Amino acid sequence: MTEHLSGGDMLIRALQDEGVDYIFGYPGGAALHIYDAIFRQQRVEHILVRHEQAATHMADGYARATGKPGVVLVTSGPGATNAITGIATAYMDSIPMIVISGQVATDLIGTDAFQETDMVGVSRPVVKHSFMVKSAAEIPMIVKKAFYIATSGRPGPVVIDVPKDTTDPAVTAAYKYPKSVSLRSYNPATKGHTGQIRRAVEALARARRPVIYAGGGVVQGNSAELLVRIARRLNFPVTTTLMGLGAYPSTDRQCLGMLGMHGTFEANNAMHASDLIFAIGARFDDRVTNNPKKFCPQATIIHVDIDPASIGKIIAVDIPIVGPARAVLEEMEPMLEQELTKHALPDAAALQDWWKQIDGWRAQHGLNHEMLAGAKAGDPVLPQQAVQALLEVTRSEAYVTSDVGQHQMFAAQYYKFDAPRRWINSGGLGTMGFGLPAAMGVQFAFPNATVACVTGEGSFMMNMQELSTCLQYGLPIKIVNLNNAALGMVKQWQDMQYGGRHSQSTYRDALPDFVKLVESFGHVGMLVERVGDLMPAMTEAFSEKNRKRLVFLDVHVDPEEHVYPMAIKGGSMRDMFLSRSETN
Amino acid sequence: MRRIIAVLLENEAGALSRVVGLFAQRNYNIETLTVAPTEDETLSRLTVTTTGDASKIEQITKQLNKLIEVVKVMDLTDGDHVERELMLVKLRAEGDKRDELKRTTDIFRGQIIDVTDATYTVQLTGPSGKLDAFIRAIGKTAVLEVVRSGVSGIGRGEKILSL
Repeated sequence: MTEHLSGGDMLIRALQDEGVDYIFGYPGGAALHIYDAIFRQQRVEHILVRHEQAATHMADGYARATGKPGVVLVTSGPGATNAITGIATAYMDSIPMIVISGQVATDLIGTDAFQETDMVGVSRPVVKHSFMVKSAAEIPMIVKKAFYIATSGRPGPVVIDVPKDTTDPAVTAAYKYPKSVSLRSYNPATKGHTGQIRRAVEALARARRPVIYAGGGVVQGNSAELLVRIARRLNFPVTTTLMGLGAYPSTDRQCLGMLGMHGTFEANNAMHASDLIFAIGARFDDRVTNNPKKFCPQATIIHVDIDPASIGKIIAVDIPIVGPARAVLEEMEPMLEQELTKHALPDAAALQDWWKQIDGWRAQHGLNHEMLAGAKAGDPVLPQQAVQALLEVTRSEAYVTSDVGQHQMFAAQYYKFDAPRRWINSGGLGTMGFGLPAAMGVQFAFPNATVACVTGEGSFMMNMQELSTCLQYGLPIKIVNLNNAALGMVKQWQDMQYGGRHSQSTYRDALPDFVKLVESFGHVGMLVERVGDLMPAMTEAFSEKNRKRLVFLDVHVDPEEHVYPMAIKGGSMRDMFLSRSETN
Repeated sequence: MRRIIAVLLENEAGALSRVVGLFAQRNYNIETLTVAPTEDETLSRLTVTTTGDASKIEQITKQLNKLIEVVKVMDLTDGDHVERELMLVKLRAEGDKRDELKRTTDIFRGQIIDVTDATYTVQLTGPSGKLDAFIRAIGKTAVLEVVRSGVSGIGRGEKILSL
């Protein structure tokens, strides 16, 4: 028997049929029919946020941690425009997300009606696709298409704009959720070109100074395990992008850490000196390559990416392979095995020399992961030490979200991620205010997991209203606030490039007492001012006593600290500042 | 390098704005753009002329292909093709100028489609360069108004852009 449902009920039923467990949203006039449909069911839980931007970051954090699309519901006008930053964040990092926005009724569109915004138009440059619902009957197919588009190929956010009349409870239509969908104009690659994969295998087997450069596509493409197997079989060094942290275990000997602007000395030097770069699920972002004209002059480049437009966009590629990381690696593995037995490759002696060189770089200027060891109790806290304390207490097992700036880079450099989907940050758009709501999305997905948000006071204040949401839903997130009373990364650039003129980057006397602030929201606040207090506070924050509480550690860190290494603008990958006084 | 790119697009509301938006958003140049439904009413066909080096054109075609509603993309300038543009041009045509304008129009195989005491309106089709040449031949002082359709293009012979 065919059911007849209103558009509002159809929308929620379709989300149920897609297996959605959470909607992150905020109600308003144009969305009220949909909100009423939510009220009359139990299968999908709606999370009431305090600002629509946070809703999108929550859905984003949920999606990054689980691999499932995050779902957002906002009203028209300001609700929709507030969601834009979060949509753009998801778009830049290729995160699957469905954003349902209420819209004024069809007959009011274009009249400058109350809370009217052309959401399809406003969001167009930052979505993978968008739909405008014309009638209730279209809703099941539109939802089906939206989920298919958001999650297939190179994932991304999809907007469904829903005029109020199409969800009218008085108008019903037949509901049947489509089993499958096909779009003649959209056929993402499902496997790589076999001939190209063979060429790549031959190049890999003959490399003498290879580097595997793995990006977020490996994480999102659920292919980390395969990559680890292949890298180990080859004994090749692996560097990951900011988005790829965790795609290869950080504690493994073959891992060179992150590459790029704030990448490790060994990773950037290895890239520059390499004769073969195996790039997979990475996009040669400007924060990686530095000057493209000086990029890795001796390297043959293999580039595997699901998006053909990513290939050859910045750097010319020798062996392009369009396809999902997982399918390509699956096809590659047996071919590689065959190649390796056939010719006794790779050249073990050459690789040994290569490793000797890499280990030399590591010994010379590798990151110091033992900065807590020699510290005196009364010393000011270095931000790196705070991340190291977090690592020690959570043993690489936490989900760590971050905001944007110095603290983000310190977290990326010093927290050792051993599994994919544990490091959650806004890499492409660089969105301050992302960390807390993203952590909330992760905690909803995994209620029993340890979720830490490494942030700075500047970023935190961009979405701190969500402390109220955390109280409402009892989210026991641990926030490590690296408080340097300044916009640290801006200040660092001003130190390095603007003669130390700190234009609009400090506000020391205007900061709140964060401990009292979080306490007023019903959470636990702790202040850390000296190294000696760091480990005890961190231990207490993650102790059984606080297992069900949100704890905010306000860690006052040395404001003079800079992030190093740092790429020298206009140079090659090996051109780096190593400290205030040393360059490479 | 001037390029003529043909695009088959789902004939849906908003699809054209995605194409135009893409060009603006990625800092690609649109010199001309023509669009109309095809014999299959579910499809529109666009012809875009643009300029850029090989890598830019490659990005343009790849980014166009990424748009969900774009069905097919072809760079017509990759092979033999025909391009045509329609121009309507209103000319100041008075006294002894009238004969000369008529002769020039004939040389360019144009047609005078509207006449008043003081003006001729000429219809001219051909590759864009021919239309430019006509304007130059007439001289700017005689030209009162110009309407150009932008380029439409099609591959020669068996090269076909369809579903």
